[in-house]
Amino acid sequence: MTVPLIELTAVSRRYDEGPPALDDVSLRISAGEAVAILGPSGSGKSTLLNLVAGLDRPSSGTVTVDGVRVDELGEARSARYRRAKVGLVFQFFNLLDDLTVADNVMLPAQLAGMARGAAQRRAAELLDALGIGRHATAYPGRLSGGERQRVAVARALMNRPALLLADEPTGALDTASGEEVQQLLNDLHADGQTIVLVTHDLALARSCATRTVQLVDGRVAADTAAEPVR
Amino acid sequence: MSALGGVVRSGVGRRRVQTVVIGLVVMIAVSAAVLGGSLMVASRAPFDRAFAQQRGAHLTAQFDATKTTVAQLSASMHATGVTAAAGPFPTASITPAAARNRATQSITVVGRADPGGPVDAVTPNEGRWVAGLGEIVLHTDSRLPKSLQPKVGDVLRLPDLAGSPTLTVVGVARSVSETAGGWVTPEQITALTAPAPGGGYQILYRFAKSATTAQVDAGRAAVEADVPAGALTGARSWLTTRTNSAGNTVLLVPFLIAFGVLGVLMAILIIGNVITGAVSTGTHRIGILKALGFTPGQVVRAYMVQALIPAATGAALGVVLGNVLILPILAQTNEVYGTADSGVAPSVNIAVLAGALLLVALTAWAAASRAGRLRTVDVLAVGRTPSPGRGQWAARLAARLPLPRPVTLGLAHPFARTLRSATIIAAIAFGAAAATFAVGLGTSLTKVQASENNADVVVQPGRPVNGPPPEGGPRGTSGPPQAPDPVAVAKAITAQAGTSGYSGIAETQVTAAGLPDALDILALSGDNSSHGYEMIAGSWFGQPNEIVVAKPFLTATQTEVGDTIVLVSNGTQLTVRIVGEVFNIQSRGMEILTAAATLTPAEPELRAMTYDITLKPGTDPVAYVEALDTALASAGATARIAEDEASELLLVINTLTTLLTLMLITVAALGVLNMVVLETRERVHDLGVHKALGMTPRQTIAMVIASVVVTGLIGGAIGAPVGVMLQRVIVGEMGRVTGFDLPASVINIYHPAELVLFGLGGLLIAVLGALLPAGWAARTRTATALRTE
Repeated sequence: MTVPLIELTAVSRRYDEGPPALDDVSLRISAGEAVAILGPSGSGKSTLLNLVAGLDRPSSGTVTVDGVRVDELGEARSARYRRAKVGLVFQFFNLLDDLTVADNVMLPAQLAGMARGAAQRRAAELLDALGIGRHATAYPGRLSGGERQRVAVARALMNRPALLLADEPTGALDTASGEEVQQLLNDLHADGQTIVLVTHDLALARSCATRTVQLVDGRVAADTAAEPVR
Repeated sequence: MSALGGVVRSGVGRRRVQTVVIGLVVMIAVSAAVLGGSLMVASRAPFDRAFAQQRGAHLTAQFDATKTTVAQLSASMHATGVTAAAGPFPTASITPAAARNRATQSITVVGRADPGGPVDAVTPNEGRWVAGLGEIVLHTDSRLPKSLQPKVGDVLRLPDLAGSPTLTVVGVARSVSETAGGWVTPEQITALTAPAPGGGYQILYRFAKSATTAQVDAGRAAVEADVPAGALTGARSWLTTRTNSAGNTVLLVPFLIAFGVLGVLMAILIIGNVITGAVSTGTHRIGILKALGFTPGQVVRAYMVQALIPAATGAALGVVLGNVLILPILAQTNEVYGTADSGVAPSVNIAVLAGALLLVALTAWAAASRAGRLRTVDVLAVGRTPSPGRGQWAARLAARLPLPRPVTLGLAHPFARTLRSATIIAAIAFGAAAATFAVGLGTSLTKVQASENNADVVVQPGRPVNGPPPEGGPRGTSGPPQAPDPVAVAKAITAQAGTSGYSGIAETQVTAAGLPDALDILALSGDNSSHGYEMIAGSWFGQPNEIVVAKPFLTATQTEVGDTIVLVSNGTQLTVRIVGEVFNIQSRGMEILTAAATLTPAEPELRAMTYDITLKPGTDPVAYVEALDTALASAGATARIAEDEASELLLVINTLTTLLTLMLITVAALGVLNMVVLETRERVHDLGVHKALGMTPRQTIAMVIASVVVTGLIGGAIGAPVGVMLQRVIVGEMGRVTGFDLPASVINIYHPAELVLFGLGGLLIAVLGALLPAGWAARTRTATALRTE
């Protein structure tokens, strides 16, 4: 049996006195998979994503990504882990408005210590590959939603992460832009990128994911293989 | 609780850091203002206030006891125009043997059973009042160096009186009216004047009208009419005493004004900045309140109260702190001024408290009413992160710098909120200016103080007069000192290894045409070229009949360098030429310096009493003094290391400078802290993004610290030259009010490297202010920050 890229074992996450956001979740995701995490609001999808990204820590259980016990990392190591292993794409892009598109994309590499010249070359390559090279010197505020999400994806891929985590990547986009992003994720997966996708959007899940995990009230209600629509 | 009350309560409680910063800033600003205000009050007409506090004597009259009776004197106390009188006090003149480096001189002692009374309520500085025979309280002048001031426990020997009686100093006190050199019990006067009945009586009068010389003279005439002719042997008007007292107390005034203005401007700036920031971060909340139905007036009231709660707490604490801090400082100014201020004037407390709260209320009103007037939809739309577009050019430029990315990200931050950054730059500039000014002022004053001491080693006549008293005997000296043999002393000094040069100093007095009082003149001998004095203009004397003097002498005699003037010494006229202006604060600038040969025709027996010696670099002064002292034993002289004694005034100024500077720097740092807290709060979402992309806590701290580097550097670059300018203006003004031309060494005290350091002081203030919020930013949970919209 191959070693999974992501392994969650009996993971629970509680906030204050309320019911657990995640309750005894165990999950294994292999490299190259594209997994869609589905579920209604409050089901624990984003919490699960945050735990995998090292943005949050479980109340109990273990989270291992590419051999790294993410649940044991301190703030500094967790930041280095994200730089090295994870690319994040958010629903609302989370681009920095006072930086140009290129500077946004270069940022994770520069935080990791890459020289500006090398970062510029890598960013240009990514922006060209994603079809937004002409916007390199523009500011995010001037781009359409779809273009902004492409920039966010470029930024997420900057450090060649083993894992791409996307939280509702089409949630803030119009239909046309959503389809663009959907196609982009398909292409990335086709190139071998491991993707964990949190979404409400069943169509997106069907289109991009090779497997869907259904969360209800913090528990895994279903974990099924899906044939993506190509 | 009303809706408004709930909003205020939650606003104060939720923004704890901001609440604490507002409270702290107001507290420090208020305590600094209380300090500055009190000191400005304390230094306003100090003589008049001290005179009023002591119910000073408008006329101090001395009567011949042989020509009048106590009954006649008592009648004069009810003369026309006299509103109060004290006495008659018996008086005597005594000539104690030299002690504590004082030259032998006669002093008038007055027999007073207690220091109080309707006139001239003397303020005891130390010790107690006389209680019996053999005790004396000496008048002290705190403007004198400590070594020349009397000390409790000293014993005065009176060799001129039968049996060489002694008086033990049981206290030192100050009479603003300068009515006596010392006070004993009335019974002691009898013992001091026996066996021959003599002495006299002193009566102290206060008049209904005393503002002019003519009025005081009229009062004197009324008093004189009530006693036999010739009974009034002397009288001193309070106007004369007041003129003579001006002295160096005026030095404090420009200094206090400078710090007062700095403190007030800084307080306005920081309080304004903090309150504006507090309201601006609440803009989004204001939008929500308006959407819920709050009227603009309610919003304004809510935010004013929200700002006033911590401000009022801080102001109250600041008043308490200021009142506590001022006490030791007032004790010092009381000594310098002779005043008896026991605390902060209520008017100062009220004015500062009201001023601070008014400032807070006005700033909060201005900021909140602006937000209150905005349309609700606009208020909801604006808010937390600066509008994109602002400072993008700076971010673009900073990104190209060959520095770590977190640093370049931080460097661009101040350009997104230029107005806020400008106020912080101003605050840092104030802090840097205050530090630069404080150090410069201290250095200048120390150099002025050092100018009084032109020697490394001093040779004095006789064997040691200081130190513990002999076993079983009182502390004192055996008689007036004799000038040591000049040839033997010069030989010993020149033979001593390590001697660079020496000056023999003979001191006497001369009169000059047009000046009422005798002037001190130093007749210098030896091989030191300018004897350690700094020249302002002209040159040092090169031959007999040439003198050098300080500016006050030139002003008083209406002469200038190159002029000739006639001095009279022992009845002999000496025509001398002023060849140079020197910086010399001795005798308030009225001391004359000349070659010993100038005075030979008038005082052929005049000999150097003391010798100032300068040492070659690297010479150990202790070993030098030990060796020279041994060599001088046969010459009847003693060598000692010259001591720099800090004057009370210098101590007051240095204490205040340090205190006020620390306060200004703290307020500036709190201003920075507040700004960084606001920035961090406004950028918390961006911070979350950075962290999500892999920014470590250390990189976060670097980014936050870098965000204040530009403001710190600019603030320092502005503040340091402003501090230099302030130092020059204030020191120059201090020179002007005291009538001196100051030498370049007192004014130009900054080295270029020091200026760079003071400039970097702005950066230090900024970094200190940013450290705490940088730590908070580093600890912020990424997921929490990302959720904050």
